[in-house]
Amino acid sequence: MSATKKFLFLNRKAPYGTIYALESLEVVLISAAFEQDVSMAFVDDGVYQLLKGQSTDGIGMKNFSPTYSALGDYDITKLYVEKESLEERGLTVDDLMDLKWEDEDDDWAEKDSIIVVSAAELAEIMDQQEVILSF
Amino acid sequence: MAILHIVNKSPYERNNLTSCLRLAKAGAGLILIEDGVVAAAEGGKFSGALKEAMKDIKISVLGPDLDARGISRDKVIEGIDVVDYGGFVDLVAEYDVPQSWL
Repeated sequence: MSATKKFLFLNRKAPYGTIYALESLEVVLISAAFEQDVSMAFVDDGVYQLLKGQSTDGIGMKNFSPTYSALGDYDITKLYVEKESLEERGLTVDDLMDLKWEDEDDDWAEKDSIIVVSAAELAEIMDQQEVILSF
Repeated sequence: MAILHIVNKSPYERNNLTSCLRLAKAGAGLILIEDGVVAAAEGGKFSGALKEAMKDIKISVLGPDLDARGISRDKVIEGIDVVDYGGFVDLVAEYDVPQSWL
């Protein structure tokens, strides 16, 4: 079995309050190691995972938000963020980390990993997946 | 790829059902199980949303979970299919991708 499948990781929980966000990242990195076509979606409180300026010194937990910056190096370059979830929380894309990836097919041009999509667009993206994993 | 959405939490407690309905495409399926079955009762706050969704997606509810919670099958919104565990398995097999809303 060496077939590449389209995997979508659907993230709907804020970080730190539960272990879901960190576990999702771990599994995402594992699946990328198996050379699958991996993308991530951030919906509902999942959008809080991508906020910039996270600082966990005061709660004694590891700040794992820098890991999202490394995803591009593992060819995970599609991080879909649902527009409705951002708006409902008073957030815009400017509140999120500036995540980039380098496109080797385009002279290593830096491109945005975060793609803000509407619910309708995300529904279409979900529909194209072979595997969806919820966190 | 048609998705079978699986919702197991009460919509009065969590937003799983609301998000599912927002992101479900026409042609998808939805089955309500465990505490999720409370949404299927006629007259609740989410009846309208489910009836609207039923125009585009097929909705089922797990009968044993209704029974366990004392929700009469007569009270289930018309058009929602009450299935047993075998029916649940059939649905999982019928659709391409199962999606559990945690």
